[in-house]
Amino acid sequence: MTTRFRRATGLLLAAALAAPAGLAAARSRPVASADEDARIVHALSRLTFGPRPGDVEAVREAGLDKWIERQLHPERIPDAGLAPHLASLPTLNLSTAEILRGYDPPPALKKEIQKRRAEMGETATDEDMRKARRELAAQYKDQMAGPPRQVVEDLQQAKLLRAVYSERQLDEVLVDFWMNHFNVFAGKGQDRYLLTAYERDVVRPRAWGRFEDLLRATAQSPAMLFYLDNWLSTDPNANVDDLRRAMAEENGMRPRRGGAGRRRMQPAPASAAKGKRKAGLNENYAREIMELHTLGVDGGYTQKDVTELARCLTGWTIAGLRQSDPRFVFLDAAHDHGDKVVLGHRVKSSGIREGEEMIHVLATHPATARFISYKLARRFVADEPPASLVDRAAATFRKTDGDIREVVRTIVTSPEFSAPEYRQAKVKTPFEFVVSAVRASGAEVRDAGAMAQRLAQMGMPLYQQQPPTGYKDTADAWVSTSGLLARLNFALDLAGGRLRGVNLASRDIPAEQLVPAGLSDTTRRTLASESGLDAARMAGLVLGSPEFQRR
Amino acid sequence: MVSRRFFLKSSGLALVAFGVAPRALVRSVYAAEGSGRRRKTLVVVFQRGAMDGLNVVAPYADPVYRRLRPTIALPAPRGGAREAALDLDGYFGLHPSLEPLVPLWKDGALAAVQAVGSPDPTRSHFDAQDFMESGTPGVKATEDGWINRHLQCASSPEATPFRAVSLTPTLPRSLAGRAPAVAMSSIREFDLRPSAGARVASGFEGMYEGAVKDVLHGTGQETFDAIQFLKKSDPSRYAPAAGAEYPRGRYGDSLKQVAQLIKADVGVEVAFTEIGGWDHHAAEGGVQGQLAQRLRELGLALGAFHRDLGTRMQDVVVVTLTEFGRTVHENGNRGTDHGHASVSLVMGGGVRGGKVHGRWPGLEERNLYEARDLAVTTDFRDLLGELLTRHLGDRDLAKVFPGHAVSASKFPGVMRA
Repeated sequence: MTTRFRRATGLLLAAALAAPAGLAAARSRPVASADEDARIVHALSRLTFGPRPGDVEAVREAGLDKWIERQLHPERIPDAGLAPHLASLPTLNLSTAEILRGYDPPPALKKEIQKRRAEMGETATDEDMRKARRELAAQYKDQMAGPPRQVVEDLQQAKLLRAVYSERQLDEVLVDFWMNHFNVFAGKGQDRYLLTAYERDVVRPRAWGRFEDLLRATAQSPAMLFYLDNWLSTDPNANVDDLRRAMAEENGMRPRRGGAGRRRMQPAPASAAKGKRKAGLNENYAREIMELHTLGVDGGYTQKDVTELARCLTGWTIAGLRQSDPRFVFLDAAHDHGDKVVLGHRVKSSGIREGEEMIHVLATHPATARFISYKLARRFVADEPPASLVDRAAATFRKTDGDIREVVRTIVTSPEFSAPEYRQAKVKTPFEFVVSAVRASGAEVRDAGAMAQRLAQMGMPLYQQQPPTGYKDTADAWVSTSGLLARLNFALDLAGGRLRGVNLASRDIPAEQLVPAGLSDTTRRTLASESGLDAARMAGLVLGSPEFQRR
Repeated sequence: MVSRRFFLKSSGLALVAFGVAPRALVRSVYAAEGSGRRRKTLVVVFQRGAMDGLNVVAPYADPVYRRLRPTIALPAPRGGAREAALDLDGYFGLHPSLEPLVPLWKDGALAAVQAVGSPDPTRSHFDAQDFMESGTPGVKATEDGWINRHLQCASSPEATPFRAVSLTPTLPRSLAGRAPAVAMSSIREFDLRPSAGARVASGFEGMYEGAVKDVLHGTGQETFDAIQFLKKSDPSRYAPAAGAEYPRGRYGDSLKQVAQLIKADVGVEVAFTEIGGWDHHAAEGGVQGQLAQRLRELGLALGAFHRDLGTRMQDVVVVTLTEFGRTVHENGNRGTDHGHASVSLVMGGGVRGGKVHGRWPGLEERNLYEARDLAVTTDFRDLLGELLTRHLGDRDLAKVFPGHAVSASKFPGVMRA
């Protein structure tokens, strides 16, 4: 099939669209392979961020089952083509310490900004303030590697570029799934500097491993500890001075007494003020780890379980948050040393062991097997996945001790997965829409910034989902007037070559390349009646069609 | 989940769609479709960042207020002088930056509710906003927002695409859910790329109209309806009435556009806007400072909105919300830290104005929440419940605020019953 090399004119395109119902891509092939091609298109639409020109042919060549097996082992897929696309993003490979040194404004700058803000008084507008901040920041330019926003912008770019270019597509889909499952909001304080390591060192390396390992790694990540406040949670009866002293020791500092070297050793004044915390339990993380990360909201836990689990997790905190190198520590002085009962388990007082024990209990709980399987099936199959499939995936989860690869394999190789009624059954999220449109058009992405901006307009700003629920994976969240309008305009801009940083090789893009699953009769008729339009507008219409909003 | 398509492509509207209908005909066509009816509108202003209610409606007569805020307390009123609180009732005074609202207070079109907030103890901005927008304090798993649940409960046979509209780039949590709601950063941008041309627009319309079995079908139609619907009010030519002048900036613009939509009779029942920048840990100040600056923009915008709408204000109520208040003590940086209760302003028709509502819990230490913050005496759900009931006629508050026993006896009484 050489359609992607064909120089289709607008007229040719219209002719193809006007052809009778059936898969456009399969028209010239023997009937026997039509269903095989449909299965290939379906698999590509679920296990990748959308087919690129030539993908259907490549999978047909390799054999669908073999291709799926390969995607289940991303480490075996060469992906050298990706690196050059990420090379210009300066913060991706930095440690958190390096990021903080280079991009978190130095305390003196923060102070000056505050001072300037006070001086400017009530006549200043937001714009004036932004300008002032830029001017002040310029004076500190040699002390900073770049502006704070660079860190999240790099993450956004990388996420988009990986989704467009990586050959390890299922890996990207799964990392996206886990990043959303274990959502962390970049807009919450220091989290903007912690997310790079969170994705790279915590989630990505464990995306295909045992669920329990992934769960524990997120529980002990500074990003999650900060996001869901567990770092602040202490035994309510803890002595605040003891806490402060213990934390100072962890940070390798003398307790706050002043003296030589204090300026470098002490946290910045702003953080010192915030550090003036009271002792007290914070239930935020204990609730979310059960409700959102493991058991699910109907997983059978009570408010009492939340409180008791929070007690187990007291002392799981962050050392060096603002000075040097944020890292997980267990602070014994903050820990509640009483015995606890969580979900019917007696937890004997044993310091850090209590939290680890409970993470094991949660990770291996049958409700967790079911909840994780359900969410994966919802991602890969349908908004309301078939119960038979969820049951089997949950059985695999229990049998394999939460082996994520095996659970995913159960789902994507199941008869339900490729059943015709689930083809095109999912509405794309904005992220899936934007990436799949770029992939389908064969465009070259030099700079994904405009794509990220459009996603924000569509209500899906990357790394900026505030609630810990993450973004929804079901149609109801994404089917809205403003969202659809933004998609149509994105389609027109992309096809018209007006999307900054994205270059189209050709504006003459055959419809079957854009929607290999085929267009409906209505859409085809509508397009045929507009056949006088130029190729770019026609391609824009196809990318904006109801069919292209689905996968 | 899809609202009924509210107008048919009658011959008149087809003319509108192709842009050849004279404006007078456009109006009559829409009027004939029944969309021209005046209706009640609730405008929700969310102040993100936690506004310090104690310096907005300040208990200037309370000696504790002055003692705990030695550098940022508003001075007691001095005959309306701008360098002091503006007296409201002999005990509370309005921040002088809100001076544009004083005439409304005197006319009884503006009220305040002191010590409003959420019963949840969180002092996290993001949790508190989330709880206030979901309308379910302490429950994270709630997927829809309180405004959307109101729309679901009180479904309207005459619903237009603009029944619920947010002047924000994305749909806020308050509006999220099954009922249709439109988010737009500006009216001007709510359109297909003009360069695409009419044929592309009709192409899209045809595809979505034809996709009858698709969940996208209804939304597609709503989108095109909304676009067409908006074209009848010409945004570029809009001039606020009665010489109302909105302050320049994003917030003034958004409120101006809410006024525009209301006056265009596009069927707005709930409008949502937001204004950030209230997290004044430092340099909050008193009569002058960060807070004064933010309040100035807020006061000018609300004042202009009131003036702009004129008699239409009889059908409109505006309410301000913020996720929590701030510490009674000022901190070491002429600012305040995260606290508990704050204040809401309520403006519009049917408001029992000129009065500070809500039970005042007092500032003595024994009366404070966790010995440091203003206690909540009006649950924000009771305030919103009152507005939904008495202004919008909602009869199903148990569904809007699940888990909260709403009853008229707990309403702060800010609306005439």
